[in-house]
Amino acid sequence: MTGQPDTATEPVIPDHFQAPHPATGTTHVLPGFKITLGLTVFYLSLIVVIPLAALIARPWEHGLSGFLFVLTDTRVLHSLWLSFFTALAAAVVNTFAGLVVAWVLTRYNFPGRKLLDALIDLPFALPTAVAGIALSSLYASTGWIGSLTEPLGLKIAYTPIGIFLALTFIGLPFVVRSVQPVLAEFEAEIEEAAETLGASALQTALRVILPALMPSLVTGFSLALARGVGEYGSVIFIAGNMPYISEIAPLLIVIKLQEFDYAGAAAVGVIMLAISLVILLFLNIAQRYFASVGGTNAGSAK
Amino acid sequence: MSLIITNVNKTFTNFPALRDVTFEARSGEFIALLGPSGSGKTTLLRLLAGLDTPNSGSITFEGEDYLKLNPRDRRVGMVFQSYALFRHMTVAQNIAFGLNVRPGKQRPSKVEIKSTVDRLLRLIQMEDLGKRYPSQLSGGQRQRVALARALAINPRILLLDEPFGALDALVRKDLRRWLKRIHHETGVTTIFVTHDQEEALDLADRVVVLKAGKVEQIGTPLEIHSQPSSAFVFDFLGSANKANGRIKDGVAHFDGFNAPVAGAANDGDYTLRFRPYEVHLARDGTGIPVTVTAVLPAGSNLRLELKGTDGSLFETQHQHGSAAHGFAVGDQLRLRPERVYAYA
Amino acid sequence: MTAKAARAPKTTGAVLLLLFTLLWLGFIILLPLINVLATAFSQGLPPYLAALQTEDAKAAILLTLLVAAISVPLNALFGVCAAWCITRFEFRGKSLLLSILDLPFSISPVISGLVWILLFGFQGWFGFLMRDHDIKIVFALPGLVLATVLVTLPFIARELIPLMEDQGTDEEVAARTLGARGWDIFFRVTLPNIKWALLYGVLLCTARAMGEFGAVSVVSGHIRGLTDTLPLYIEITYNQYDTIGAFAAASILAGLAIVTLVLKTLLEWRFAGELAASRRH
Repeated sequence: MTGQPDTATEPVIPDHFQAPHPATGTTHVLPGFKITLGLTVFYLSLIVVIPLAALIARPWEHGLSGFLFVLTDTRVLHSLWLSFFTALAAAVVNTFAGLVVAWVLTRYNFPGRKLLDALIDLPFALPTAVAGIALSSLYASTGWIGSLTEPLGLKIAYTPIGIFLALTFIGLPFVVRSVQPVLAEFEAEIEEAAETLGASALQTALRVILPALMPSLVTGFSLALARGVGEYGSVIFIAGNMPYISEIAPLLIVIKLQEFDYAGAAAVGVIMLAISLVILLFLNIAQRYFASVGGTNAGSAK
Repeated sequence: MSLIITNVNKTFTNFPALRDVTFEARSGEFIALLGPSGSGKTTLLRLLAGLDTPNSGSITFEGEDYLKLNPRDRRVGMVFQSYALFRHMTVAQNIAFGLNVRPGKQRPSKVEIKSTVDRLLRLIQMEDLGKRYPSQLSGGQRQRVALARALAINPRILLLDEPFGALDALVRKDLRRWLKRIHHETGVTTIFVTHDQEEALDLADRVVVLKAGKVEQIGTPLEIHSQPSSAFVFDFLGSANKANGRIKDGVAHFDGFNAPVAGAANDGDYTLRFRPYEVHLARDGTGIPVTVTAVLPAGSNLRLELKGTDGSLFETQHQHGSAAHGFAVGDQLRLRPERVYAYA
Repeated sequence: MTAKAARAPKTTGAVLLLLFTLLWLGFIILLPLINVLATAFSQGLPPYLAALQTEDAKAAILLTLLVAAISVPLNALFGVCAAWCITRFEFRGKSLLLSILDLPFSISPVISGLVWILLFGFQGWFGFLMRDHDIKIVFALPGLVLATVLVTLPFIARELIPLMEDQGTDEEVAARTLGARGWDIFFRVTLPNIKWALLYGVLLCTARAMGEFGAVSVVSGHIRGLTDTLPLYIEITYNQYDTIGAFAAASILAGLAIVTLVLKTLLEWRFAGELAASRRH
């Protein structure tokens, strides 16, 4: 195109134009960085950081020895052990059962499948107090199940077994929902490749599909475990709450608060927080390990 | 040892994917299934692997009714378009998979498996990469591992579904050469699916051309190329120039000149086809009057794009160094096909 | 590449797995739910309705709604802010921010209540407010709100962040180059793109806010009629063997949970594509 350049009009600069900041050397093209970052940090500090700081600072009120005193109290130790062990047992059971449930929901078509699939989230959506009284009344000696098991000598309500069952209810969605999407996206061609190479359905499931599901199983397990350790509402009704026998750690915190032992309550809280963080750390490391062996999707590398 | 496919039909809901497909693959042959997308090539391959069943027809191998066997028992080695390597297994474990899953008595010993894997790693020239994971390999390397994995089970037939589709041009050429060599060494009957005619003609002993689920033509690459049996095959195999003319007594008559006809054809008016490289182009003399619209040096040849007086477009191909180099855009020339093809 | 299609279970292995699943889910999930409804109505409709109309029950319901009505919008605003600043800009400390954002999910609800006592309780850092000025944060509505806000903080942000990350900044940048101001960009370009994920997050947040028990239990002081939300009301009535009262209240929350699931399924079904992005955490 030939001709004179158009000099009739200069480019119009909008009046809210922000020139690049010489200080940072970068331009934020979109507006609102400072204000949204500010609000976000403010909110998080107010709601999360400062309260947690109060928690972490409190146990040392009576010095290191005070904290250690709480830490070595057998009642405290037993409650932590109970909370952790029942949560672990429930998470393990949920991992196996959850795998089967996820498998069935993804691979088989049957009437009511969609309904069942929606139901999986119920333990997640149901308020913990509701779950608590439902389970407690179910397994009490007058309950539908309790009345069947107690004559056989198996007392469930007010024992660690009851706690275990409640935590199994709570943790069920975690494994299923972790595994489902991975299984649902698993490429048919991989299975067909295994089939043409001579593998039976069982061999394909165990050697080819299951290893690809490991990351999601570990994720689901960790989430269920973390949730179970701190669970209160669904457990408090079915647990016997007897010290040294069926008293969970969160309950101990509540009791200490009622006794105005803020430092003690905070001490137990800090330990529980530490346990949660360790579980998260474990999950993080596991996920990084799996990522290094070839990515986060199931299926073939392309 | 031959694979015989007779009158195979496959319909998906309302879509007929394969219609009366019949052909034979002799022992050790390399057959290419060539055709555009949707022509049924992959469907046919999946039927051969046992991943699908035909609605009617028979497939036999060495006289054995293949349709009675499931994929596990057919012992076909299949290489998928997406390679379908097992992501969480090393290269060596991938290759050994087919041997590891054999039921107890049929499973070779650990030593035997290792030696097979090593032999195949040498074959695919990846001896030092056995411990790598698929995510650490390039596309071409993954392709080779997929092939080695399929070969490990000593397959009776090798099925390849557009194996070079996802790779770039240079890698494809390399792998083509390499696949030819492998086939020569192993001698396995191979069925190779592709939509790339150059690939098919380069690799195959015989080509089966498919269109919309039907077999258009079967022949050696030479036969397919020089004697395409239909307009579809002609057009699919390369550029087609078209000009109207009349055939009388086996000679095509144009305005001012004649041209020999390939194959037999009845008298009549036709839209005749001819190849870009079977033409004579000159500034004067007889021929179709054309104007040069583009001069394109394309790799090993010189290509010219031309326009006739009635607006029809032509393409011609010339060797570098020929007289065609003197032509420029806007030149008025005469185009004479040296051989034409007639289809009803 | 596609996944294998689901088919009817044919092999004995498949049928066994299906049977196990049905029994397991029926036992673990359905039985408690049915128990709640059956017990609530075990003495018929009139006692059920009467139980819901006591002063304390009504106060509990109202309080629960009030707490949710305050907490959810706060967290929604925060969620949008956080999602905007995290997905639209690059800056150091982003992953730290994200970790802090996720913290409420990993800590016990009792701790989420404990921290407020440690701040505003009698012996808390700000205990003087209570002791000297009779300003009650905990054992009153503000405490309930704070505890609920902490517990449900991540819900909306976690729905928005992956989605907005996935959608990228192209559209907003284009709007910017066309001269749009901040609010314009947000309301005209961003909001329409995230509205379903936002709705979904608000739904989950509300359900959780109304059902929260542990954290609220710690900060409430259990002042009947004043600081007892519906879940706390359930606890009190249950412990006093007021079975119908407890289960009637529980049935309301259970019904709410089912409504949540139905809405959730509906939203997922209709906007699967957009929500799928937020699933890929």
